[in-house]
Amino acid sequence: MWYFVAPEVVFGEDALSHLAELQGRSAFIVTDQNMVKLGFVDRVKEQLDKAGIATAHVFDGVEPDPSLDTVKKGSTMMRQLEPDWVVAVGGGSVMDAAKAMRVEYVRPDISAEEINPLTMGLDLSARCKLVCVSTTSGTGAEATWIVVLSDTQAQTKLGLGSRDVMADIAIVDPALAASMPAWVTADTGMDVLTHGIEGFTSTFKNDISDGLCIKAIQLVFQYLPRAVANGDDTEAREKMHNAACIAGLGFGNSMAALAHSLGHALGSVFHVPHGRAVGLYLPYSIEFIGEGREDLWDEIAHAIRTNVPADASAASVLAEVIRDLARSIKQPLSVREAGIPSGEFDSAIAKLVDNAVADSQLVSTLRVPSEAETEKLFRYAYEGKSIDF
Amino acid sequence: MSLVIGTQEWVDAAMQELNTSQTYKEAAKKWEGDMYVIIEPEGSFKHRIIGYFDLWHGECRSASVVKDESDKSPQYKISGSYGVMKQLLAKQLDPVKAMMTGKLKVKGNMGQIMRMPRAALEFTNCVSEVDAVFPE
Repeated sequence: MWYFVAPEVVFGEDALSHLAELQGRSAFIVTDQNMVKLGFVDRVKEQLDKAGIATAHVFDGVEPDPSLDTVKKGSTMMRQLEPDWVVAVGGGSVMDAAKAMRVEYVRPDISAEEINPLTMGLDLSARCKLVCVSTTSGTGAEATWIVVLSDTQAQTKLGLGSRDVMADIAIVDPALAASMPAWVTADTGMDVLTHGIEGFTSTFKNDISDGLCIKAIQLVFQYLPRAVANGDDTEAREKMHNAACIAGLGFGNSMAALAHSLGHALGSVFHVPHGRAVGLYLPYSIEFIGEGREDLWDEIAHAIRTNVPADASAASVLAEVIRDLARSIKQPLSVREAGIPSGEFDSAIAKLVDNAVADSQLVSTLRVPSEAETEKLFRYAYEGKSIDF
Repeated sequence: MSLVIGTQEWVDAAMQELNTSQTYKEAAKKWEGDMYVIIEPEGSFKHRIIGYFDLWHGECRSASVVKDESDKSPQYKISGSYGVMKQLLAKQLDPVKAMMTGKLKVKGNMGQIMRMPRAALEFTNCVSEVDAVFPE
């Protein structure tokens, strides 16, 4: 027995106008200052006005890798204003923060760090619905029940989640992602690829999510280089925006795996953007899991029309194809290339290993590394050395 | 020889499994808190079995069978029906999926569990590793 959970997904040109169809009293908008500057919040408010929904407040204080403290600030305001809608406008950080704020608002008996997949029946939407308006083409957070928050004191990322925190509506309007700079397009695109591949190969993979993951992988290989090379390529932009949501629907129902554990650890210590971090570790993770699941790597290679020679390992071939893609969009292939000085890396290695071993995504990894292997994985990926153990 | 679930020998074997598992040691190295494993009666299986495990920093310090749930006040409880536990022991059910679909109920400080999700998973794996049969 398993569950497939999804929001109502409104996608394509002018999807944002769906907000004018909502019914309700007042909305609490969760966003960041960049979204305000870009005018996206005004566009959202305009649609909510048409729906007769007052904007109770715009909380624009969500930072990258949002903290438990930020969530607390937002939920405290929500309790004062009592909105019946939360509208998240932004990327993964904003959407995850909004999911957690809604939990603390509707269920003050639960703090954000306690959001977990084992306790069901939160019944959030009866009091306050959530709509996620995605403005990046990466995280897919608009279509997942995962919440990643930072415990800044402990210097760690918390991989939380509950089926109950899923947004009621996901707005996937490509116009909102059209202004992403090339480097953000590349970072977030690697996140999509990692979601697709890990969702397809996690221990929770299933027939319902498999097709979504494969479709997302295909879209990334076909359209990500175009979207990075030419931001005005509207077809590539739209396909990548859809791919992010599709991958979210896929991996969100089958979980991520080792590359996410390593990427979360790196991000929590060195603040490397999430997509860049998980994308960097993706080929190393594939090599580590390796021949244990050649059938899966072979299936992915087939889906992206990559030939696996009879005498080659599909894992190695796929890892190299991913490195080629990353190279073509100027993504770092090693942690050293990502700009982390070796001295700082060495000083942080114990913390990196600690964080990775504790990360929730390891639960669904096909081959779980020991602490010693985790350290080797980090060191190999620092140097850009293919995994041989 | 299979041990009978609900006996001291059974919890002793589970404790040994926990204390010899490097995977558990690493996953639970910061874990602090004792645990009940409760097998609920179902159908013709009328017993209610409660195993108690004192878990601390990757070690199981003691384990015992408890007759009455109120005998101890552990910080965590994992409970499941006879049928679910039988499937787990037969490796027909993944413990994480069992937890995430509510077949195995987990109670306690969820904040700690979400910081060390693999600790709970590896604990369940170790207990499931014991070659054991249910009492008649």
